[in-house]
Amino acid sequence: MSEYIAGRAQMGSSLAFHIIFASLGVGLPLLLLIVEGLSLRAGADPNWHLLARRWSKAFGILFAVGAVSGTVLSFELGLLWPGFMRFAGGIIGLPFSMEGFAFFIEAIFVGLYLYGWERLSPMAHWLTTIPLAISGAASAWFVTTANAWMNSPAGFRLVAGRVTDVHPLQAIFNPGTPIETIHTTISSYLATGFAVAAVYAAGMLRGRTGGLHRRGLIVGLALGAICTPLQIVSGDINARWVADHQPIKLAAMEGQFQTETGAPLRIGGLPDPAAGVTRFAVEIPGGLSFLAYGDVTRTVRGLNSYPADQRPDPRMVHVSFQVMVAIGFGLLGLVTWFFGWLWVRRRVPESRLMLTLVTLSGFAGFVAVEAGWMVTELGRQPWIIYGVVRTSEAITPAPGLVVSFLVSIAIYIGLAIALILLLLRLAAGTRRQEADGAKADR
Amino acid sequence: MSAHALNLSVAAVLWLAMITYAVLAGADFGGGVWDLLATGPRARDQRRAVSVAMGPVWEANHVWLIFMITGLFTAFPVVFSRLAVGLYLPFTLILFGIVLRGAAFAFRAHGAGEDGQPSAWGTAFGIASAITPFLLGACAGSVASSRVPAEAGPAALFAVWVTPFTLTCGALALAICAGLAAAYLAVEQEAVSQDLAEDFRRRALGAGAAALVFAVLALVTGLGAAPGLIRGLLAQALPLTALAFAAAAVAAAAMLRRRYLLARTAAVAQVALVLLAWAAAQYPVILPPDLTLDGTASPPESMALLLGTFVVGALLLVPSLILLFRVFKGRNPAAGRAVT
Repeated sequence: MSEYIAGRAQMGSSLAFHIIFASLGVGLPLLLLIVEGLSLRAGADPNWHLLARRWSKAFGILFAVGAVSGTVLSFELGLLWPGFMRFAGGIIGLPFSMEGFAFFIEAIFVGLYLYGWERLSPMAHWLTTIPLAISGAASAWFVTTANAWMNSPAGFRLVAGRVTDVHPLQAIFNPGTPIETIHTTISSYLATGFAVAAVYAAGMLRGRTGGLHRRGLIVGLALGAICTPLQIVSGDINARWVADHQPIKLAAMEGQFQTETGAPLRIGGLPDPAAGVTRFAVEIPGGLSFLAYGDVTRTVRGLNSYPADQRPDPRMVHVSFQVMVAIGFGLLGLVTWFFGWLWVRRRVPESRLMLTLVTLSGFAGFVAVEAGWMVTELGRQPWIIYGVVRTSEAITPAPGLVVSFLVSIAIYIGLAIALILLLLRLAAGTRRQEADGAKADR
Repeated sequence: MSAHALNLSVAAVLWLAMITYAVLAGADFGGGVWDLLATGPRARDQRRAVSVAMGPVWEANHVWLIFMITGLFTAFPVVFSRLAVGLYLPFTLILFGIVLRGAAFAFRAHGAGEDGQPSAWGTAFGIASAITPFLLGACAGSVASSRVPAEAGPAALFAVWVTPFTLTCGALALAICAGLAAAYLAVEQEAVSQDLAEDFRRRALGAGAAALVFAVLALVTGLGAAPGLIRGLLAQALPLTALAFAAAAVAAAAMLRRRYLLARTAAVAQVALVLLAWAAAQYPVILPPDLTLDGTASPPESMALLLGTFVVGALLLVPSLILLFRVFKGRNPAAGRAVT
């Protein structure tokens, strides 16, 4: 493994790890706001309060892991990519600082929320979820503006290799910002919604079918159901934006090697860069031209029309894109089926098949988040700042990247295992307590 | 506002953030040290006191570091990238420490398990809490003694930050964090348990004595390793240096007389004064030997917006922080009681 690949792998694994907790840090506050709000109504079902109490514990652990893994990333921007920070710090550092404030507010209200159950009145405690939810979403928005800038750099000029004419606001509101920030923010709510529903679906599969589980399932799925169609529309807008602004990324996403008039939409398939073809795909004639440009006869530029040293490797990009899109439509089918059933039959569908699918959707949501992020990152290669700075130019000259990658991946794996065991133990613990409580009541 | 005034204002905010990080998160690290070193008949209560004190606030305290880092790379990107290259190894180790400390604390606090009992996560929490401030102090020492090179080579992996002076700075940072934590804990426990307050009083005095030894050692080793810094501390920064020693003396005297609140205030003032004295000693250089404030600042457009962000952010942040500390650290009768 070369130092360069090790550096990319370390950044990639750090982001892959952090993005899960970052998404939950955006999504869970909204769900807490909803269920705790429901629990405050006069005559509310006590299960709403119980849900909030349970999520509060899990949220405490998940938020802490998100906070520390986010710290790692803020350091790694410089530790691994000093060339990027030297170039970009003065232009696009600002949203990171703004994110710092948003995260600050979130951390403060996390403290008030987690430890404030006995110290704040129920209404005051619920009110803490409002800044929590707002600052979580704001964090996601700010950080994604920086990534959007890497895809569509703006707000500066390069004169003889030197940066001049810096306009940080133009950098923040670069052309990619509106579409990318919306897509990322929705993805956090979507993945959190399905993940929460999955926890309760898994419990119901094991025979725990009380009011608590049904409420957890429905709240999570409702959030997922609102987000899924919005996310599909937003994804379509993103892809068309990419077609206009980063056509080479679109070619990689679609496995389009040759420039083609009336390019087909490839469903599935494996790009083979050596041969310059995408094999095993189902092709819909004219489909890509239509989706990208709204006209089945339009010409789509292929990867091979670009110099070899500017092409991303389409294999992971295409496969990740296909996985993300497939999951998006799969989830749409699932929520349509679930809520269609609920509406027609007036009861929660609790068949084993449905509950199994909902359980899987919890994983699928996060797989889609990871896949979408791989599309945008790997599709931008070989650039760290699209068309301006190459990733290989930004890497640190410090030695030992391979070792540090191996150690960091070991830490992430260890942390992930510990976290999963702990959350399972936590769930078992609350169940035991409640069983004891129920016995004592009798 | 002139470009220089702008750069100076941003740097001042970032330096204040570092001071805040040191007095708040530094104490959280120190709490981890006392968790690790909990002894005697009240070991369990000591651990519980640490955990109750840190629980609601440590994440907010930790964000000061993120604030500093993001502010630094926005305002002084060249400084940030040179630090990141030169101090690659200790920064990476610090990150491992931060991850382990935070995760272990959260796992222990929110996971199942007996409150205050020794556990594997507790040990990990304690060890990471001790190593991280030591490394941060060593990095500070490396910066102050002009060892961060403009270009990194393989040989510099250790030489940059492993010298008698930098290691002394690491030990000093650790002792200061431990002393701060003990002083805070003594105040918080005073109303709850005289015995516990007494435990932490002894620890504060021990840590303070260690800090004094390391401070003198740092000055002595610094004469050779960081002559510019020492000269600055005894010349342009002399009033601050003298005040720092005075604050340390007040803290020790107050602690001896069990005037815990005064001791805590003086300990905080001491840490702030040490860091201010450092800044004054090397001004206008921010990364010795050659990187200056105005030579490395981002374009004025970015600095102005950053300063604006600080102002707007502070308007949101300060009331939130006051709320957090009033709810959990105020002298209300519930303070210090176990929170479930």
